[in-house]
Amino acid sequence: MTTAVVDEARPRGITPPWGLGALAFLVLALLVGLGVGPIGIAPWRILESALHIGRPLPHIEDVIVWQLRAPRVVLAAMVGGMLAIAGGSYQGVFRNPLVDPYLLGVAGGAGLGATLVIAYAGDNAQLVPPAAFVGGAIAVVLAYALGARSRSSTSLVLAGVTVATFTAAVQTFVQQQHSDQLRNVYTWLLGGFSTATWHDVGVVTPYIAVSSLVLLLHRRVLDVLSLGDEEAAALGVDVGRVRLVVVVAATLGTAAAVAVSGLIVFVGIIVPHVIRILVSTSYRAVVPLSLLVGGGFLALTDVLARTVLSPQELPIGVITAFFGAPFFAFVLRNVRR
Amino acid sequence: MLRRSLIVAFAALALASAASSHATGAFPVTIHAANGDVVISKQPTRIVSISPTTTEDLFAVGAGKQVVAVDEDSDYPKQAPRTKLSGLSPNAEAIAQYRPDLVIVSYPGPVIGELQKLGIAVLEEPAVDTIAQAYEQIREVGAATGHSARATKVVHGMEAKLTRLIRSVPKTRRHLRIYHELTPDYYTATSATFIGRVYKLFGFTNIADAADTTHSGYPQLSAEYILTANPQVVVLADSVCCHQSASSVAARAGWSQVDAVKNHRVIAVDDSVASRWGPRLVNFVAAIAAVAKRG
Repeated sequence: MTTAVVDEARPRGITPPWGLGALAFLVLALLVGLGVGPIGIAPWRILESALHIGRPLPHIEDVIVWQLRAPRVVLAAMVGGMLAIAGGSYQGVFRNPLVDPYLLGVAGGAGLGATLVIAYAGDNAQLVPPAAFVGGAIAVVLAYALGARSRSSTSLVLAGVTVATFTAAVQTFVQQQHSDQLRNVYTWLLGGFSTATWHDVGVVTPYIAVSSLVLLLHRRVLDVLSLGDEEAAALGVDVGRVRLVVVVAATLGTAAAVAVSGLIVFVGIIVPHVIRILVSTSYRAVVPLSLLVGGGFLALTDVLARTVLSPQELPIGVITAFFGAPFFAFVLRNVRR
Repeated sequence: MLRRSLIVAFAALALASAASSHATGAFPVTIHAANGDVVISKQPTRIVSISPTTTEDLFAVGAGKQVVAVDEDSDYPKQAPRTKLSGLSPNAEAIAQYRPDLVIVSYPGPVIGELQKLGIAVLEEPAVDTIAQAYEQIREVGAATGHSARATKVVHGMEAKLTRLIRSVPKTRRHLRIYHELTPDYYTATSATFIGRVYKLFGFTNIADAADTTHSGYPQLSAEYILTANPQVVVLADSVCCHQSASSVAARAGWSQVDAVKNHRVIAVDDSVASRWGPRLVNFVAAIAAVAKRG
């Protein structure tokens, strides 16, 4: 089909050093996440415990490392990888470098869907991810319908922000109506992994696995799409079908991530653009590396979230926004130029 | 000490019976509220309370019959005339339609000035930091409504009951490590807060004190810090909002080894009782005393 053409296109895919480097970054981030926390536990003791050699950890430290930190680190990495790969894919499918799950309104829509279930369906944990998906899907369709007519890349972002503002308004209204039940929604919205459990990891794994697999399989097609709809169609790509599949997959994964971690902004902007700057603009590089680097990035950000004010927690969304907003301004400047 | 509180109680009783015959006597009265000195010219007959704690105070001091409307969160006592009025963002017009002659709010805000422009007396009785301030608010509510003697009686009754409840906890249980949970993601309250001062009455050590690096009074702890601090009493003030209970806490990863879980000293309290500073403080302290004595 189109492989031959794409392979001859100029931007290169992943080279082995970058692939291995990204993998090493993720592994390193996971290890730092496991080793750092308000309670100091020597890294070699954690290593011994992992390999079942030497003296076992005292019970309390064993619980802290394997029941509190480990699921937290794994969940942060999964969510970070998901938000980054979704961001990169949205950017490809909409041919727009400025979009990410948050700026498209998907995260806000998913958050609203989850909040509605918590408020009106008795906090049914099984219903939260599907409701988040419905909310996110409605948001992305609205944003696309509002903003895709114009050729300008900022109009889709404005449409997304419009949708996000609207969902935030409904969100606030619902919270005001149910201030008793939704007290923990306030902190959940700021994003965080402070109560992550292996159960949470289990809940999101199928969604994130399916979503990222679909996105990974479309990395070459996203390169073809970057040539333009007509060119892609001429090369045999069913543009409408590809766009639908990629958007559904990215939205499903985003919704699952939001359902367990709240609104964590700008990961989908920062990570894919760093890869474009450092490695390649080809989606054969951006999509898979976003998964790895996004995972490492959010796992490290979560380390900051629990150490900056240790032993107090800082909502992780505060940190990603603090670094992400200036970075977005930088990307915006380069796009305009 | 016991004798003194008995004498005080008798004196209060005597005062109350003497005063009840002419409860409306003391007007005009000047109340030193958080929004300055407020002059109330005659006994209010149409009171609106925009604060759940004040609503409880009003009914406790015997001013319930004068109350015409309370805010949406004032769910106690049951006979309080609950309305849709918002306590968090009160609206002057909505309040004025009840034609009140006294409005009591708990937050500062433009609504106070707006109501005063309509000639309505407004008292601001904000969230308190100490138990003495809580007593003072009950006295102010009593004075403002023509029930000073009954208010004094309520305060003395609370003082006596709190003293008795705290004494009922043996000395060996006075230094327990306590964790007060506000949300399931571990927001808590330190000894600098009202609820924290209540725990201080027992002599408890609050595990949040050492962790409040920003001195907010309401830090968010990490799970691993709580497990290491190993609290001996866990108070769940998130039982209504977030369905937390002794069994859900025991099921959390690693919590089965926490001292409070092992010794059955995890207690779920009504979120709203634990967040108010009115007469039901006694019920709250009784529940805490009971759990401290367990095991």
